[in-house]
Amino acid sequence: MSAPFGKLPGWVEYGLIPLINLVFAFLVAGLVVLLVGESPLRAASLLIQGAFGYGEGIGFTLYYATNFIFTGLAVAVAFHCGLFNIGGEGQAYIGGLGVALACLAFDGIFPWYLTFLVAIAGSAFFGAAWAFIPGYLQAKRGSHIVITTIMFNFIASSVMVFMLVDVLKPVGSMAPQTRTFTEGGELPKLDWLMSIFGLDIGGAPFNVSFLLALVCCVLVWLLIWRTKFGYEMRTMGHSPTAARYAGMKEARIIIITMIISGALAGMMALNPIMGDQQRMQLDFVTGAGFVGIAVALMGRSHPAGIIPAAILFGVLYQGGAEISFEMPQISRDMITIIQGLVILFAGALEHMFRPAITAFFATMQGVGKPAAATEAGE
Amino acid sequence: MDQAFGIMLVTLEGTIRLSVPLILAALAGLFSERSGVFDIGLEGKMLAAAFGGGAAAAVFQSAYLGLGVAILVSLALALVHGFASITQRGNQIVSGVAINFIALGATVILGQAWFRQGGRTPALTGDSRFQAVELPFADALADIPFLGPIYTNLISGHFVLTYFAFAMVPFTWWVLHRTRFGLRLRAVGENPGAVDTAGISVTRMRYLAVICCGILCGIAGAYLSMAVAAGFVKGMTAGKGFIALAALIFAKWRPVNVMFACLLFGFLDALGILLQGQSLPLIGTVPVQFMQALPYVLTVILLAGFIGKAIPPKAGGVPYVKER
Repeated sequence: MSAPFGKLPGWVEYGLIPLINLVFAFLVAGLVVLLVGESPLRAASLLIQGAFGYGEGIGFTLYYATNFIFTGLAVAVAFHCGLFNIGGEGQAYIGGLGVALACLAFDGIFPWYLTFLVAIAGSAFFGAAWAFIPGYLQAKRGSHIVITTIMFNFIASSVMVFMLVDVLKPVGSMAPQTRTFTEGGELPKLDWLMSIFGLDIGGAPFNVSFLLALVCCVLVWLLIWRTKFGYEMRTMGHSPTAARYAGMKEARIIIITMIISGALAGMMALNPIMGDQQRMQLDFVTGAGFVGIAVALMGRSHPAGIIPAAILFGVLYQGGAEISFEMPQISRDMITIIQGLVILFAGALEHMFRPAITAFFATMQGVGKPAAATEAGE
Repeated sequence: MDQAFGIMLVTLEGTIRLSVPLILAALAGLFSERSGVFDIGLEGKMLAAAFGGGAAAAVFQSAYLGLGVAILVSLALALVHGFASITQRGNQIVSGVAINFIALGATVILGQAWFRQGGRTPALTGDSRFQAVELPFADALADIPFLGPIYTNLISGHFVLTYFAFAMVPFTWWVLHRTRFGLRLRAVGENPGAVDTAGISVTRMRYLAVICCGILCGIAGAYLSMAVAAGFVKGMTAGKGFIALAALIFAKWRPVNVMFACLLFGFLDALGILLQGQSLPLIGTVPVQFMQALPYVLTVILLAGFIGKAIPPKAGGVPYVKER
């Protein structure tokens, strides 16, 4: 990606511009709230209250954020390689199969931490396998990854409905879900962690998969900025031609990147299945795969940006549920709008305010050298 | 024999009914993508148009006013996509994803706020909904064996928008392949630099293409909420925009192929409904999910190059930067 505009100081590039984009997304969302006939300010205060006002709220916020860290990392890893993985939703859904099979097989035999290990491997494997096919097709057969991953989301949905209705449903049960796991398939909550801060998470399903998510953040950072493969990925992302001239194996990089991306998306399934419901249900992903796109764009594909972005969406999910009690007009669907607006302003329109900001900074520092200002202003 | 003929007629009639929104949306995508602007926001535009159309038709009690509003809503979203991907040179895929989410959320929030029916718009009756058109002599010819039922059930008795959709297929072919506008539009998608050298504005051509896309998506949305169904239902496009996208790729970005691809996907859909819970000789019961996934699987196989090769417009997805 060539930057068509002048160079900006780091804090503007990575702090101010994303912030301005975000503020615009929320301003437009506020207009929608106004259009519906409610007060945006009251909605915002309810949102914060619901998400941070009490221990259980915080627990839920972090529970949702865990999902979004996984899917955000999945999208970000692919972004670094210049690939747009829209298939996080499907990969997470199929990843659930790995979790469910591990739990169904071992929940009676193993303690939770052993089942957890098998489930991590299972979810990562299934998610990776579901991402491997589009990756392979892109690398070897030249089919566009965006289209293939969209198609794979729909195929995943059909596969999972089939699995839950015709295969995994216990005999005699009507609901399309697996049986409830016993203790060995249940992740312990992190209530002890929160009680250090004097908070009681109550019934919130905030569990150890949050810690796994943080570990994944560190691993992704190491992978992308501290390994040879990460360097190759970023080179591919910046310039596939340069990567080819440097003798990097294009197909191999694409396929491995997609496998890592799919594994991260697949691990998201651990949180709702083992951490909350102790069974696999239809549509347990509930759009988290798509939220990952917004999270990755907002967090500039860096783990340090993805964590706050994921928490922000956790706030929206949890606080949004609270708002809908007080303001029946504003349901969960409001989050979908905000998600879309964030993707629009932080993604597609990310350069919209750049010329103005560049011109502003050029005039600020360029009093002595007016040439820079005219050049930057074009 | 008579029964088999009857089942065939019903299935084919269902095929036509189900493929109309696909044809309109896929042709919409055709205009946009042929000009070099990828559009995965077909789904969102269609959904927003279905809502706008359903809402306006219910309020003003007029199907044609509803259609107008549907087109305007879809056009507005198309222009957002155009602004992001042409003027701002943003990522076209990201912009399309954003539009899908905004439409998905906004239709429910606004629908609930305005009509308080759980995201539905009020049921359309009489003039506020498109009515089936009986072609001349449909009744008189019904008794002729074989051809009569085909004429009465299959050719006659559809909505105006259905006939419009099928008429749009040759029309789109003619516009794209036999007019100066079409030549320029296709050229902008293949080699914008050359078009610019010839003194034609790339920006203008791409905006025009995106506008065509918006109009057709609007009509597709109106068909869903005001012709097939009597009102808007939450999330009623249910992935049709993506199936249309799949059909467009399947058809290798050619208008007449688009129609056949859409008819094929519509037929699979109709067949899925017919086969639901039925047991077939030799194969046994086909799971519904298999039929639902088939269009997507076919598209993946095609994209992988196992059935011919789908080559997208060369400059597709690349914002045009005028050289200095």
